[in-house]
Amino acid sequence: MAVEDGGGLSIKPMDQFIVKPLFRDIEPGSCMPPEIVEGCLKWYEPSNVTLWMGLGIVATLLLLVVGTRGRAIIPSRSQSMAELTYGFVHQMVEDVAGKDALKFFPYIMTLFMFILFANVLGLIPMSFTTTSHIAVTATMAIAVFVTVTAIGFVKNGAGFLKLFWVDAAPLALRPVLAVIELISYFVRPVSHSVRLAGAIMAGHAVMKVFAGFAAIALVAPLALGGMVAIYGLELLVAFIQAYVFTILTCVYLRDALHPSH
Amino acid sequence: MATGAEQAHGAAAPGMPQLDFTTFPNQIFWLVVTLVVIYLVLTRLAIPRIATVLAERRGTVANDLATAEELKLKAQEAEATYEKALADARAEAQKIVAEARAEINRDLDAANARAEAEIAARLAESETRIAAIRDTATENVRAVARETAVEVARAILPAAASDPAALVSAVDRRMEMEGGA
Repeated sequence: MAVEDGGGLSIKPMDQFIVKPLFRDIEPGSCMPPEIVEGCLKWYEPSNVTLWMGLGIVATLLLLVVGTRGRAIIPSRSQSMAELTYGFVHQMVEDVAGKDALKFFPYIMTLFMFILFANVLGLIPMSFTTTSHIAVTATMAIAVFVTVTAIGFVKNGAGFLKLFWVDAAPLALRPVLAVIELISYFVRPVSHSVRLAGAIMAGHAVMKVFAGFAAIALVAPLALGGMVAIYGLELLVAFIQAYVFTILTCVYLRDALHPSH
Repeated sequence: MATGAEQAHGAAAPGMPQLDFTTFPNQIFWLVVTLVVIYLVLTRLAIPRIATVLAERRGTVANDLATAEELKLKAQEAEATYEKALADARAEAQKIVAEARAEINRDLDAANARAEAEIAARLAESETRIAAIRDTATENVRAVARETAVEVARAILPAAASDPAALVSAVDRRMEMEGGA
């Protein structure tokens, strides 16, 4: 939304990310915990997050359940797409994390479907993109981190620590490398979550900025062309980021199952 | 003016909505709910169904391939049988052709022999007839020669014509000599 305001443009590229309740209006600035709480979003309250996550569930149901209702040997178009999605993730888990990781396939598929549809539905104009929030991506990244670390220790016991002890390096370097490896291991959830939220947020903000500039007649054609280009790019990013998050999960899972380098 | 508007806007929604921690519990709660629902949908409905369909398809394809292999073998067998029947038929045909040729040759030989015998018989008959004609001709010549000799002798030498018998024998002798020469 851009309004020419006394010679200055007021483009609010971040307003699209505001989390608000679905069924009531909150007075801006009326949530200042712990003192002022009447304008705060309650944790159980249906919000635009609820709406768009719910639509993601509906989309998943449509693609994977309604699409495959024929159970045909020769698949229909929708069943073909569902099988393609299934095969894509299944193949990824098997290739990247190994055959013994296939029992975690449903969890990884859950993450992939959620992120994919959150990203794609977020590209609908006026929609809300749940994966643009660090709260969402960090929760998933931390869940992956904790689960994978737990799997590593359960499967390999103390042998999991070999992940940090690089046998290929000279002995003198190994403690140094162990520290570096340990730091990089704990940075994983940060990069894992910030990559997704950052890419999605940046893309959506850039689109809003372009949309704002479209209000100025002089640069409107340029801004509109830019928006089309950025929209195409964002469509690509929506898929790629879902893919990247999932494949990194598989890589971490492989490290947990086979910690030796 | 612009800065004033910005400040007012900033007051309305401070900073990035992503860093508004008051919304975190709500987001995380609904995220967990959503992930659990998607997980249940996948494990209860989607994944078993798609896995079954894929396994079934693999089975069908493998079955079809096996059937195709079987049919191919059968076809090869049928082709071999056909080839054998063809070869047998060809051999039979050649045998029949050879037999027919032999029979024809036999008939031909018989006809040839018959024709040759007939030709020989006709030849012999002709020769006999020719011989008869020649004998008759010789007799006639002899008679003419006797008469001519007697007449010539009578005309030239009447004394010699008194003994026609001697003349005749002389002519005969001469003719015998001519014939012998």
